Amino acid sequence: MWVCLSPWTAGAHTQSSAYLMIQTTPAGVTGQWDLALRDLEDAVGLDANDDGVITWAELRARQAAVFAYAQARLHIQGDGRPGTLVMDDLRVDNHSDGAYAVLTFAVPDIGHPTRLGLDYRAFFDIDPRHRGLLRLEQGGQTRVGVFSPETASQQFDLSAAGNAAIPNPFLTFVREGVWHIWSGYDHMMFLLALLLPGVLKRTGRGWEPVAANRPALVNILKIVTAFTAAHSITLSLAALGIVHLPVRLVEASIAATVVLAALNNVTPFFAERGWMVAFGFGLLHGFGFANALADLGLHTGQMAATLLGFNIGVELGQLAIVAVFLPLALSVRHLMFYQRFVLRFGSVAIMLVASTWLAERVFDFKWLPF
Amino acid sequence: MNPFAASKFLLRGLAMWAVLGGLAASASPFLPADDSQVLERLRAKPFDPATHELHELRARLAVAPTNPVVACQFARQCIELSRSEANPRYLGRAQGALAPWWDAPMPPVEVLLLRATIKQSQHDFTNALTDLAAVLKRDPANAQAWLTKATVLTVIGDYAGARLACRPLGQLTTGLVALTATVSVTALDGQAATSADLLNRALQGDPQAGAADRLWALTVLGEIATRRGQPAAAEHYFKSALALGLHDPYLLGAYADLLLDRGRNAEVVALLGNESTADALLLRLTLAEAALVPPPASYPAHVASLQARFEAGHLRGDFVHQREEARFTLELLHEPAAALRLAQANWQVQREPADVQVLLAAAGAADDAAAAQPALAFMHQHHLEDVQLERLASQITLAREP
Repeated sequence: MWVCLSPWTAGAHTQSSAYLMIQTTPAGVTGQWDLALRDLEDAVGLDANDDGVITWAELRARQAAVFAYAQARLHIQGDGRPGTLVMDDLRVDNHSDGAYAVLTFAVPDIGHPTRLGLDYRAFFDIDPRHRGLLRLEQGGQTRVGVFSPETASQQFDLSAAGNAAIPNPFLTFVREGVWHIWSGYDHMMFLLALLLPGVLKRTGRGWEPVAANRPALVNILKIVTAFTAAHSITLSLAALGIVHLPVRLVEASIAATVVLAALNNVTPFFAERGWMVAFGFGLLHGFGFANALADLGLHTGQMAATLLGFNIGVELGQLAIVAVFLPLALSVRHLMFYQRFVLRFGSVAIMLVASTWLAERVFDFKWLPF
Repeated sequence: MNPFAASKFLLRGLAMWAVLGGLAASASPFLPADDSQVLERLRAKPFDPATHELHELRARLAVAPTNPVVACQFARQCIELSRSEANPRYLGRAQGALAPWWDAPMPPVEVLLLRATIKQSQHDFTNALTDLAAVLKRDPANAQAWLTKATVLTVIGDYAGARLACRPLGQLTTGLVALTATVSVTALDGQAATSADLLNRALQGDPQAGAADRLWALTVLGEIATRRGQPAAAEHYFKSALALGLHDPYLLGAYADLLLDRGRNAEVVALLGNESTADALLLRLTLAEAALVPPPASYPAHVASLQARFEAGHLRGDFVHQREEARFTLELLHEPAAALRLAQANWQVQREPADVQVLLAAAGAADDAAAAQPALAFMHQHHLEDVQLERLASQITLAREP
């Protein structure tokens, strides 16, 4: 009887993979294909003296067989015309699961195709779990794909229209940033609580409208800039893994900043300088943005690259809110309605909502639908 | 509310893009300096009878690819090697040998059994159980099928079903094997002390048992003692198992976990220093290295290697490494939110104590007591006796008190 005893499920999971990189340049179509020596050993045989060790001499001795195997298992078509893989060079590289043979090649007879067909069949016959991981580069655009026995044949549109369909990662993160500000009500309410009194000034008799537009504009510019600078700092620190705060603490603190900012409009207890409040509290909001970015499941290394896009998106989203709010507020700042009703009741409403968030986040329950 | 849900898919794709970009960028092909330079070691021993036999079988298979006897011999040898060498590439080779029957509704019993074993290792537990049921319908005396069924059911946390699957083993295999299988289940299901006692006595009373059977029993005893907070006893069992001289990655992982928990990091490095093939062992080695002051020179490379492997897994569309990736993300990358998502996804697939542990630890670190509830309920339901898990659980329940 064959008994497989201990269930080795806490296992090792690096299965057979190969890396195929194809570039289309003005010089034509070229490629690099990294094939694991362990796979080539089983498919074409490399270990000539069968001592369990593959040396450079053994690999070189089988260079022709490796090239022939590659040519038989990868078929490239340009605009429907079959191309010839002209093998160029054999090198070696180490990936995380072992040594790979690195083959470079050109496909000179298909010119500059607008439609590229790739038919990938390496190792599938001996190992259906093998995957070919494709990276296709053209004029700064990169596409990825995975070849499996079920997806061995794939077509790629290299025309201008095809390229336009590739999402630009930077722009996507800019969009995410904008969306986060618009749909993250806590950030929006915090901003509004700071902006509402921006067109007014506090006097002994309460709030009065600023006489000219310019000081109001300068004031709001200062507030927005301070908020931006502050949350950019902490967003970067957190996203790069330099500082870490517990999610619930951050979320609760953000709710508290909204309560305090709104309360300040009703009962002043901070100084007149809204930009300082915006800066201090903005530091906390940055940690919140970082958590949102972390929610996308990106690791630290990739975060650094996408941080800028996300941050720019947050700023654009914020500027859009200011652009809508400012002309409105400036035009109605003389009205008693604005000074008494909008400022006061708006701030109270923000306080109520934010207090509920605070309670929800401290005591871990959910009551508000947003 | 998560404002990102809708575009998450797109962003995942972009993350993949970034990763593959990184892979390419990190690659630096070289021309080896001289002919004798060793590029790859295919196996631990230069001349290994198991791989030699595999060579012969491969040659026979090439001539007769649809001969089920040869295909099964080859596949079985591959599965054995995937375990002893902790190299899952062999599982893909085994699947390749069974390709003529891979999608067949009613292949030969032996093919079905091997197919179930391979599916189990790919965490395709549902289809593994379907195949095993088909095997047992045609061959109710198939001990291996009952054993594998018990294992799969234990992994998914169906202890009642696993106990039932162990029952026929008493008639079909040795007393020690049957008891070890049964105790692996009952010890998780509220009867740790009696289970350990029974197995220990059975082991003492069976000095003729084969090395592999003893190793399995000792490993199970070591794991139970670890969970019950008896590190000295656990260490005794693990060391006795290691002394049998068989290379068993599962045993190495279990012993390394005990040492890690006791803060004996230098010993983990000594134990696993040469075990960089298996992700699970490399993870434990790297965790130990991270705790050493200063970390050894190999530490950054090991972190990078683990990250590259997990990312390659993502690109491939594999999800079998979520337990290890969650632990890696939590303890080495210090990203609790991302770790919690992985631990939660993993919980949907597996329910072993290690899965409970990573979910509790990630939920605790992410300050998300609600996320820990399924694991806490599971512990409660099965009276799971595990001092480490209880420690984690009490931290979470304490944090919930206002």
